[in-house]
Amino acid sequence: MTVATYIFGVLSALLTLGVVIEMLRRRRLRERHAVWWLIAGTMALVIGVFPGTLEWAADLIGVEVPLNLVFFVSVAVLFLVCIQHSAELTALETKTRILAENSALHELRIEKLESDARATDSSGR
Amino acid sequence: MPAFNEEEAVRQVVLEVLEKLPGVSCLVVDDGSSDRTIEEARAGGALVARLPFNLGVGGAMRVGFRYAIEHGFDNVVQVDSDGQHDPANVYALLDSLQTADLVLGARFAGEGTYTVRGPRRWAMVVLSTFLSSTARTKLTDTTSGFRASGPRAVRLFAEHYPAEYLGDTIESLVIAARAKCVIKQVPVSMRVRAGGKPSHDPFKAAAYLGRASMALLFALMRPPVPLHEPEPER
Repeated sequence: MTVATYIFGVLSALLTLGVVIEMLRRRRLRERHAVWWLIAGTMALVIGVFPGTLEWAADLIGVEVPLNLVFFVSVAVLFLVCIQHSAELTALETKTRILAENSALHELRIEKLESDARATDSSGR
Repeated sequence: MPAFNEEEAVRQVVLEVLEKLPGVSCLVVDDGSSDRTIEEARAGGALVARLPFNLGVGGAMRVGFRYAIEHGFDNVVQVDSDGQHDPANVYALLDSLQTADLVLGARFAGEGTYTVRGPRRWAMVVLSTFLSSTARTKLTDTTSGFRASGPRAVRLFAEHYPAEYLGDTIESLVIAARAKCVIKQVPVSMRVRAGGKPSHDPFKAAAYLGRASMALLFALMRPPVPLHEPEPER
């Protein structure tokens, strides 16, 4: 590994972490959505700074090509994030649906109240 | 009465319901129609609840059930807004409701001339076989949108009516059956739909069977919802 690739690896990890943290700071991202990205960014940074940890971890699990471990973990993280998003989407859809139902019922009630009010208004005078 | 883009038929259906069933409240739930369904339904004399966007039959029915609960109605009868159900049959449904919680108006139970052939028919047969055993009664037309719910079923559905695709027909039956509601079927005749033709495309039928089986499978896998008895009057 050349110095250039080493620096490139560390910088990309720092950039990823920086973007996530900046978005958290500006409240563009909620903590519970950012957790996975933070974990992934931190892991990338650790491996970028100490490439030895990757070889050590691959050896520990018994993965022959350390790079394959990187691919495996990346895909796993992306997969989990996707599932989390689907679940969140479902929750949001349920909430909008209930709001839509409430809005329909309220509208009906307002109409009823308005027509009642009109009726008492005209009969009262 | 769930309605989605039914401007041609809905006024006639509402008028017929109010004429043949004096004393009922007719609520049309407009499911985000883009045409003049709301105006037409009002012109017919119905109350109209307007959903801001399309939720599917399930979402529309939930509004109906919740309206019934909020306004103290005991029974809810669902009628299609395209005129294929004869409101006169509502009496038969309500009669059966004396001894059941959920009554389906079924097309293939001997009355009327409505027939479906080919793969779509097979799909319906497979579905009714499974659902009959779940509901512990013989059902021949499980996808019927003509049904009456008694007080117990109304309370159950106001909270748990499924809003997914096909949830309004298949999953709602499973939910009711597993909440120990008594389900019955009454033969009714269906009229030809005012607009649109039922499709006979075998691929569509296969897709329909697949989605229906999925819906059924997941409905059976979900934890059953208990039916809460009302609190005793004080």
